Amino acid sequence: MSTTVTAKGGLPAQPQQEEVNYLNVEHTISSWLLTGDHKRIAMLYLISTTFFFFLGSLAAGLVRFELTSPAGVVLESETYNKVFSSHGVIMVFLFLVVAIPAIFGNFFIPLMIGARDLAFPRLNLASWYMYMTGGLLIMIGFIAGGVDTGWTFYTPYSSMYSNTQVSLVLVGIFIGGFSSITTGVNFIATIHKMRAPGMTWFRLPLFVWAMYSTSLLLILGTPVVAITLLLVVFERLFKLPIFSPELGGDPVLFQHLFWFYSHPAVYIMILPAFGIISELIANFSRKRIFGYHFVAFSSIAIAGLGFLVWGHHMFISSQAMYESVVFSLISFLVAVPSAIKIFNWTTTIYKGNVVLSSPMIYAIGFLLIFTVGGLTGLYLGGIGTDVHLTATYFVVAHFHYVMVGGTMLAFLGGLHYWWPKMTGRLYNERIAQVNAVIMFIGFNLTFFPQFILGWLGMPRRYHYYYFAPEFQAYHIMSTLGATVLGLGFALPAFYLTASLFNGEKAGPNPWNAHGLEWETSSPPPTSNFLETPIVMDEVYDFDPVSEHEQDMADQAKKSSTENPEDHH
Amino acid sequence: MSAITESLDHGHHDPGLHHQFEDMGQQSETYIVGMWTFLVSEVMFFGALFLIYTLYRWNYQLDFYIAHEHLDVKLGAINTTVLLISSFTMVMAVQSAQLKKRLNVMLWLAVTVGCACTFLVVKFFEYKSKFADNLYPGAGFADDAVKAFGKHAIENGHVVVNMNHAQLFYGLYFGLTGLHAVHIIVGIGIIISLIRLWFNNAKTVIHDYVPTEMVGLYWHFVDLVWIFLFPLFYLMPQPH
Repeated sequence: MSTTVTAKGGLPAQPQQEEVNYLNVEHTISSWLLTGDHKRIAMLYLISTTFFFFLGSLAAGLVRFELTSPAGVVLESETYNKVFSSHGVIMVFLFLVVAIPAIFGNFFIPLMIGARDLAFPRLNLASWYMYMTGGLLIMIGFIAGGVDTGWTFYTPYSSMYSNTQVSLVLVGIFIGGFSSITTGVNFIATIHKMRAPGMTWFRLPLFVWAMYSTSLLLILGTPVVAITLLLVVFERLFKLPIFSPELGGDPVLFQHLFWFYSHPAVYIMILPAFGIISELIANFSRKRIFGYHFVAFSSIAIAGLGFLVWGHHMFISSQAMYESVVFSLISFLVAVPSAIKIFNWTTTIYKGNVVLSSPMIYAIGFLLIFTVGGLTGLYLGGIGTDVHLTATYFVVAHFHYVMVGGTMLAFLGGLHYWWPKMTGRLYNERIAQVNAVIMFIGFNLTFFPQFILGWLGMPRRYHYYYFAPEFQAYHIMSTLGATVLGLGFALPAFYLTASLFNGEKAGPNPWNAHGLEWETSSPPPTSNFLETPIVMDEVYDFDPVSEHEQDMADQAKKSSTENPEDHH
Repeated sequence: MSAITESLDHGHHDPGLHHQFEDMGQQSETYIVGMWTFLVSEVMFFGALFLIYTLYRWNYQLDFYIAHEHLDVKLGAINTTVLLISSFTMVMAVQSAQLKKRLNVMLWLAVTVGCACTFLVVKFFEYKSKFADNLYPGAGFADDAVKAFGKHAIENGHVVVNMNHAQLFYGLYFGLTGLHAVHIIVGIGIIISLIRLWFNNAKTVIHDYVPTEMVGLYWHFVDLVWIFLFPLFYLMPQPH
């Protein structure tokens, strides 16, 4: 990790011999497992989160398969509870919260601000080990019997009645939480103090602003849920009676503390996605983002308001009506900064030189899906409609529109956008474009029927619906969609892996994008930049468009209009 | 992007400088931001528990008051004094680090560790007496209010303390002071490794006082938590 790259042969224009980069500088296993290089740690995270995502998807597949028949297909009630709980726990705690910050944040914050590494490299490595320890404990818990509480672990069920592996899994989540906190501390210190000369706050790429807002949520929210879940463990193991109703404790207090983190956690999952989308839309519209300051500050506003809306998860708990009114009002306010982003992105695309490369298709899919996800959130934030929709598939559809259609599409968009930088290879762009469309179709086919199901009254977490067999058509539609979605996740695994072996060399800036990360070679050397960069120009400074870029944009436009998959 | 690059003098590094930083000023400032950010996180960590405490004490004022009478104010006060002294010795250690007086640093840090261990020993005896009186959460929680709390539990011939709420009090007592004790133990570990770094003349600490100051910050935070815990658990006013 202390290897420094000499300037000799480091110029990107001389490809005759393989440059020394962060991937080929050392090949031993210990050089990976003991690395302090933020790029290598990001790759470790990429591999491990992909593994957990795969497991979580299997559980989702089982859930969808079970629901194809009104009487259930293969699972007992209790097994079904365990399967959807594993799906939720893995996807939330081991994938969504972690993935974008720990992979792309880790890799690109130092590159985007012109630093050699994150502020605390060893802490960064430690965070990966904490994540893996947490993940391992959760996996052991699942193998030893799993949990049947859902990912929300509501007391008193989780603390007094459930006789599944709740303690082990909660300890795993607790340890994994420290990985989030250390990542947040690292990012905040890095963004504050390690920007290159000339990289002012308002020249920061919007992805960095989003990561900064996310880090605020991570350091303020995670400790609260960590201690809350630990109290449940202590109640199970040592009878520490914090949430026991029979001793005068308040089980609803658990819900307050849990959602105090877990609602901001939703923004921990979506804010990084917003950051990626800002990068994609600005760079593939070849245009400075419309209202940069508004987009930047709306992230901070979402982070701030995010801490004041947790009560909208508790409209049907014993929460006072007046509390609900206030929480409902503030929940509606969150729609304002979210809408600012959507409008500004749309305005950026308007009259831009849009290049419909695969990352941009994901970004456009994100815009459409997130708008639906956000607007249906208002149904759930309104006290009256929420009482009707609580714990139905409408809720399930809503948060999957935000988490899968939002975060997951942005994740894939970011992966396709930065893959050439991370690996130095180009993938098959045409297949990638097709895959983006497959994802969009599969996603909507899976989750749109669930809005209708929920509206009609299908409760979530049920594995049968013999009381309403007319729901079967929607469920089958949804399961078919999930199959298409599965294909959309499987294809990138193949063509991205294939690109490592036979992909073309990417060169430093294959997209003609704008940003410091594109100024260094692909893959970057261990020290990121051979010389400390000095930033002289504004962020997304595409004006005036150079002739070369104009040509590239025109060509790409021409080729994309000939491509029938890109009709949307 | 039309960024130009500047050739910096990479050959002339400060000996305590890590590779990712440009100069000592940047390194120190980054450490300080990182540490304070972590402490904010710690505040939220304890904050959740303080919130729970506030809520239950508000709801069960009399029961908490009677339950707290069984805590030993003297031992609590001794521990408070010990921790305040340790904060002072930590300040002296940081100052010695700034003045690069290596022996003094190690000496003051050793005294700080001594204070921390004293605190834990006193805490151990406090816990022991609570366990002896069955005042720990669980099915075996002291079933006889009069035996546990003596005359305080009785007013006009009636038992006035709700033993369930007393159990909540002791749950919070063990939860909060236990979490604090864990922080003390972690602090002892960190301070001992800091002493070792100074003992070995490690470049990272002898050329740069900021790491020592950061350990000091953590230690002051742990002390500060106790400054809140002591009055909240040991010094309750009688409710009206």
